[in-house]
Amino acid sequence: MRGYLPDYTFESANSLKEALSFCEAGAKAFAGGTDLMVLFEAGLLAPGKYLDISRLKELKGIKNSKTQVTLGALTTYSQIRNHLILTKQFPILGLASREVGALAIQNRGTIGGNIANASPAADFPPGLLVYDAKIQLISTEGIRTLDYSRFHLGYKKTELRQDELVLSVSLKPEFQKYHHFWRKVGNRRAQAISKTMMAGIAKTTKKTIQDIRIAFGSVGPTAARCYHVESFLKGKAINTQNIQEAKQLLSKDIHPIDDIRSTGKYRLRVSQNVLEEFLCGIG
Amino acid sequence: MSWVGKSALRKEGEKKLRGIAKYIDDISFEGMIYGTTVRSSTPRGILKKIEFLPGVNWDEFIKVTAQDIPGHNYVALIEKDQPFLAQERINHPEEPVMLLAHANKHLLEKARKLVKLHVEPLPPVFNIEDSLSQKALVWGKNNIFKSYSIDRGDVETAFKKAFVIIEGTYETGAQEQLYIEPNGVLAIANPQEGVTVWGSMQCPYYVHKALLPLFDLPPDKVRVVQAETGGGFGGKEEYPSVICGHAALLAWKSGRPVKIIYDRMEDMVATTKRHPSKTKIKIGFDKSNKLIAMDIDFSIDGGAYATLSSVVLSRGTLHASGPYFCPNIKIRSRAVATNCPPHGAFRGFGAPQSIFALEKHLDLCAKKLNLDPAILRKSNLIKTGETLGCGQVIKEKVRISEVVERALQLSSYHKKRKLFLKQNSKGPLKKGIGLSVFMHGAGFTGSGETFLASIAAIRANEAGKLEVLTSNTEIGQGTNTIFSQMTADALKLDLKDIEVVQPDTSKVPNSGPTVASRTCMVVGKLVEQAAQDLKQKLISAQLLKEKYTRSEFLAACKRYRKEIGELKGISQYKAPPHVVWDEQKYQGDAYGAYAWAAYVAETTTDLRTFETVVDNFWAVQEVGKVINPTLARGQIIGGVAQGIGYALYEDVVWHEGKMVNNKMSNYIMPTTLDTPDIDVLFLELPYAYGGGGSKGIGELPLDGPAPAILNAMDFALDLELTQIPTTPERLMEKIERKTP
Amino acid sequence: MKKITLTVNGKKVSVQVHPFARLLDVIREGLELTGTKEGCGEGECGACSVLLDGELVNSCLVPVLQANGKAILTVEGLSKKSLCPLQKSFMKCGGAQCGICTPGMLIASQALKKKKKRLSPKDIREGLAGNLCRCTGYSQIIESIQKSGDRT
Repeated sequence: MRGYLPDYTFESANSLKEALSFCEAGAKAFAGGTDLMVLFEAGLLAPGKYLDISRLKELKGIKNSKTQVTLGALTTYSQIRNHLILTKQFPILGLASREVGALAIQNRGTIGGNIANASPAADFPPGLLVYDAKIQLISTEGIRTLDYSRFHLGYKKTELRQDELVLSVSLKPEFQKYHHFWRKVGNRRAQAISKTMMAGIAKTTKKTIQDIRIAFGSVGPTAARCYHVESFLKGKAINTQNIQEAKQLLSKDIHPIDDIRSTGKYRLRVSQNVLEEFLCGIG
Repeated sequence: MSWVGKSALRKEGEKKLRGIAKYIDDISFEGMIYGTTVRSSTPRGILKKIEFLPGVNWDEFIKVTAQDIPGHNYVALIEKDQPFLAQERINHPEEPVMLLAHANKHLLEKARKLVKLHVEPLPPVFNIEDSLSQKALVWGKNNIFKSYSIDRGDVETAFKKAFVIIEGTYETGAQEQLYIEPNGVLAIANPQEGVTVWGSMQCPYYVHKALLPLFDLPPDKVRVVQAETGGGFGGKEEYPSVICGHAALLAWKSGRPVKIIYDRMEDMVATTKRHPSKTKIKIGFDKSNKLIAMDIDFSIDGGAYATLSSVVLSRGTLHASGPYFCPNIKIRSRAVATNCPPHGAFRGFGAPQSIFALEKHLDLCAKKLNLDPAILRKSNLIKTGETLGCGQVIKEKVRISEVVERALQLSSYHKKRKLFLKQNSKGPLKKGIGLSVFMHGAGFTGSGETFLASIAAIRANEAGKLEVLTSNTEIGQGTNTIFSQMTADALKLDLKDIEVVQPDTSKVPNSGPTVASRTCMVVGKLVEQAAQDLKQKLISAQLLKEKYTRSEFLAACKRYRKEIGELKGISQYKAPPHVVWDEQKYQGDAYGAYAWAAYVAETTTDLRTFETVVDNFWAVQEVGKVINPTLARGQIIGGVAQGIGYALYEDVVWHEGKMVNNKMSNYIMPTTLDTPDIDVLFLELPYAYGGGGSKGIGELPLDGPAPAILNAMDFALDLELTQIPTTPERLMEKIERKTP
Repeated sequence: MKKITLTVNGKKVSVQVHPFARLLDVIREGLELTGTKEGCGEGECGACSVLLDGELVNSCLVPVLQANGKAILTVEGLSKKSLCPLQKSFMKCGGAQCGICTPGMLIASQALKKKKKRLSPKDIREGLAGNLCRCTGYSQIIESIQKSGDRT
């Protein structure tokens, strides 16, 4: 435990209003802490003011209607994985939450934290991107809603202002007729940081692709949609030739690197194979 | 009623399950302060200056450098080359240079980061090739800690006559022991009373031996006590001497009890690992596929200091030619120096490395000879009367053929080979099944046990219990329980009458270290003999008849203590008459007994992700006598799991001699989802000189998994894998290099 | 420093600690319950597992302020005079070797048993995937849980 406690202050916010004024004053908010506490223990967490938002009711809860599902920022992986309706309407979110860490992490980690922490290897972004999610950010000035695709700006850079908190993520349950696919490739079957991960949904009619959305995580500074591959595949037949060409095009959409865990070459090859697995599955 | 052979409950099990067993970090003393270690980040160089940057009040800190050492600055083990604290020369990243202590352990960490070491770099070497080619001379005259030669028959002539010659080169990587409890120690030390250390360790007397010259103290002024230890696997065999010395130096200087606990990052980056190895094998076969010539060249990377590399090399060398008969064998081996933190003991101790090479190579040979790998091995297995590579004539009955048969049968090896060949023609999932056959010698090599001259004792205590007094530690393998079983049987008592005393050098004799799979077999025998000695004392004093009841025995002990005095039975090691070893010629009976094994691994490799999973595993071994089935099975399964890690997951990533993936999130050991159900079968053939008839089994299960797993993968993928760990990235490279 | 109140193994306790202190350290040092262990300092090994308001968490990742007013179960809370059925089964089946991962394993197992009555080996392997054991290779731990009966 290398963190030096006197370098930090830590307070609980009793209300969302109080939390937001703390944020305005420069406090950094967190809830589950499964990313931040690791930094703290390694002696790498920037000293300063920290804010506990884990008890804020306004950030909790899963609300669903016929036209919209809203996940409070404090929704945990466990809550998502155990939510029957949510996992039926958005299977990728269910699968992603089962494969994060292990149960103890899933009980604490939240969707808001996963998004705001903005690790390139974060588990929710690919799914949220293919499901066209929206994100609600709140500050003392009010709520602003963004397309989730606009939220991540670069490596660990997001739209979230210092004085804002993630309020919720919303999705439209309009993917019943789609195939849903999720594959996380890590270094073991649990407690694994991913080397690549893919979320994919597609609507097909007689082996022809009507609509297709593909997003990868861990192979770029942020998770990203594969627009080159998607625009190639839209309207095309699912056959070997098109699958092979889609695989080739993938190198335009993803930019995996060598790091302590894996190589760029491996990540690219496996991403291509996973894409192929998805496409063969919908054919 | 015999206890040996039964699954007696773990003696200290209840404490551990209640969470009240005291590991070193659970213990605190009044006035205790904390210690930390300032380490070099340069791999090799000349230490010019130690600078204290501003940011803390340095007057509050206890500081210790080499200058503060009261005695001699070397860690007594085999050579005297390793300092406790670097004085002028730095020879590896994370080399300890200075120690700090303070009451506030968090402030201590802040201070540690504010010490700047000025080191003038010197050219380092980081691998076996560069060390051997002397890219830089980093140790001794030629970078070689030790070398061995074995020659049997005439390999040159034999190769000329060989029908087929097959060569191969094999590499194994470093492996971190990854006990879940990191290294830790608590020390009290001062010139008046001497030095006492409590710590997580396997060998209290090794620590004792190392502290004597450090403080220039006589043996009775140093006391070493083992705390409950959360795993060792060799990682706490020799390393504790270093951390104990450090804590004691801080205690000596400060006059306060000092606790040092490594966190996981420090433990992984600074302490010992399994020696990486490189082996070149050349094998010649005759027309009937019999081994007629073996030429093995075996190198291990010892890191910056000699530590135990000569012994690791020895064991690796003596196991290199396997459980096979070959009339002409040449082995040349060496341990070389590099500028990494010294490598050290890890379960298997050289044998997993050399056995990996041989067992991989035999599958390659089978492939080239168009033979079934099991058949090739079976026709070459050693028989009673034949001689092993080290010159040991196998005089006893050998059940290895039976062991192999049972393993093949249990795993349906041949049926699956046919089935998988068919299945693998379609789809991205490729199934494999692979075999390894091996033996593991228990106890110290050759004259090692004689040199140790271990002593064990049994004492009747004031509470009416029989105490087992040895320096062999419980580290999870079941020492306390099996010693109790053997003693209870020897004295015809109940398990509850026996107490195993916590190893404390002020209370127990030196029965040798808890290593080399010797505790049950060698020391267990001494414990039984000590029990007999105690019983004899009672009989000689006419307080006990030859036939007695439990209550008569306990009453006799009480009377003896009252009327005569201390009642203790003692036994000292004497080599079994059949073990004859020539240290000069480096040949003869290397080990009193071998456990013999055959392991089969079943794997699935996904060609989309290049990941391999072990789906099933069978571990069959002849082990003399199973003292406690539950404990023995637990040892095998646990060892196989470590072997699975060694083969597929546990990759130490080095950067300029430093392990950079020194976190449990980046150094990957298997979870429950990465290990299969492991099927264990024991065959027995009691060894007369082993406690309860046992042979050692602690290290055996590390020898077999890696080659069996890679043999399975080779079968599945039609490859010739030669390196572990075979991570998915490496497998991808191998596959892509193969397909044009 | 802040006053933190916790209900630990059924008993209400208060400590004065830095709010950012790890729950693990408060349990081990503040409350002197040393059964819960530190193995990795990053939530990988599960040796620090406790139940927080009935949920399995890694106490090394929980700042104590967030546990304020909550109930905690540590390994010391599993047994009274006699061992609980789970612990008895671990004894019988060899589920503990060196014992350092055991407290965390027991807590994780207890959490699993409370969630589902009939646990398959697959359920158990998945439920314990966040608890690393270097000694046992897991098989005898899984058997311990399977054979521990229905009572928790």
